[in-house]
Amino acid sequence: MDICVKSITKTYGPQKALDELSFEVKTGEILGFLGPNGAGKTTTMKAITCYITPDAGDILVGGHSVLQSPDDVKQNIGYLPENNPLYLDMPVLDYLSFIGELQGVEKALLEGRLNEMVRICGLNDEKHKKIGELSKGYRQRVGLAQALIHDPQVLILDEPTTGLDPNQIIEIRELIKEIGKAKTVILSSHILAEVEATCDRVLIINKGKIVANGTPEALRNQAQGKEMLKVCIKGGEKNDIYKALRDLPETDIVSFSELNNSLFEVESQPDQSSCQAIFNLCVSKGWYLTQLTPVEKNLEDVFRELTNEN
Amino acid sequence: MTMKQIWIITKKELKGYFDSLMAYILIVVFLGLSGFFTWLYGNNDVFFINRATMQPFFGIAYWTLFIFIPALTMKQIAEEYKTGTIELLLTKPVSDWQVISGKFLATFLLIVISLVLTIPYYFSIASIGPVDHGSVLTGYLGLLLMSAAYISLGIFASSVTSNQIVAFLLALIVGIFFQIIFGISASAFSGVTSDVLGYLDMQYHYQSIIRGVIDSKNIIYFASIILVGLMASELSLVKRNIN
Repeated sequence: MDICVKSITKTYGPQKALDELSFEVKTGEILGFLGPNGAGKTTTMKAITCYITPDAGDILVGGHSVLQSPDDVKQNIGYLPENNPLYLDMPVLDYLSFIGELQGVEKALLEGRLNEMVRICGLNDEKHKKIGELSKGYRQRVGLAQALIHDPQVLILDEPTTGLDPNQIIEIRELIKEIGKAKTVILSSHILAEVEATCDRVLIINKGKIVANGTPEALRNQAQGKEMLKVCIKGGEKNDIYKALRDLPETDIVSFSELNNSLFEVESQPDQSSCQAIFNLCVSKGWYLTQLTPVEKNLEDVFRELTNEN
Repeated sequence: MTMKQIWIITKKELKGYFDSLMAYILIVVFLGLSGFFTWLYGNNDVFFINRATMQPFFGIAYWTLFIFIPALTMKQIAEEYKTGTIELLLTKPVSDWQVISGKFLATFLLIVISLVLTIPYYFSIASIGPVDHGSVLTGYLGLLLMSAAYISLGIFASSVTSNQIVAFLLALIVGIFFQIIFGISASAFSGVTSDVLGYLDMQYHYQSIIRGVIDSKNIIYFASIILVGLMASELSLVKRNIN
């Protein structure tokens, strides 16, 4: 089921939470939302799930408009809201049963779906407990289970791994990847590594606008710019090495590293690689290389660059 | 589909009352107070009056329910705001109106259950003297209508705040106006003002129904309060400023 967000705007008083935001998600895609706090990620999700109405624009989920047929939209969405709100007094099974019924799961199928959810989300030992008695990790699983119980085409997950320990994070990630194969998933996260690991495509949002849109690799490459190398050369005078590196036609900027006397950071000319030149230099001068490592720009750098300069 | 959604909400809320022991506390205290004042008090109980009538019960129930209903309704929406489950609920294929109706129905059914448990009083009294069966029926009807009105106001109070205590107090304060204040002010004024205030007085309509006189103006009174309360609650949900 495709999602088509068409130029939505949402204003809260003097603040524009969403500023003519537009994007699309295709079936089978896992889309990641990245952005600083207050960027508009949660607001966008609330608009898609029909919790709030955009002041302008529209959103189509599988062809249904959130403005005209919100009930049809809601049928097809499984939503895990920020902070995973739950009815703490209810036992897990009762809760999932309630949500299942509300989502329109037929009576005859409900028990089967309940068992399936308990199995998929690993809730078997906890299913009779009240939700308030569960740890955060298990509560998160209950939240995921309620989002999946009616087998929706679309999953909207707002920070699904917040507060989980590293093991639980990996489990939930695997779960999402597995489930996401046949569904359309939008998930938001602060954990950049998670978005990189789980998502097919990433949207970086800042101040209500999209500032980057692409696969994690594409975004990384885009920001890569020039080649950066960490070079450690021994067997010669520090300043001689420095000068020799500077004189290479392929290098652009050379700087000393504070960490180590023989370590340098070399930035190459655009579209050029200095690796071979450096190697040959060392051979001709009788120096020896102890390190020649490329420094890769990761998504975190991209993120910071795009959201800091504003 | 509509009724089904409402019923799903009702079932959950009602079960919640029993799971949280709120229902048991209500029933026990309600029956305790009703029992005491109907049978044992010493002043205006059945034996004191020496007539086969349920009036003592209806008299005390009028006040017990008035206090209890805000306690039942105070968390119904305020808690959902506070925990954030309102967002969960309203992104399901269920409308604001169905949520409100479902919660209203649950609390109303709880009151019905409490009242049904007092039917043994009726049988007891009927076995020791001649009871006016008609007035017993209208007595219960009066209690049901009054309860429905206060539940509706209570839910509204719960829908304008995320703080349960505020919801409770608000419901009580608004309730006091209908329960006492309008009635008292009516005698302080004259002319149209007095008539209007008199009409708004809950006692006026309650007494009328208990005596078996059910006029259209009584029905309109109760229906109006119930509808206005519920519609105002829905409006609060739509505005959802408590975010």
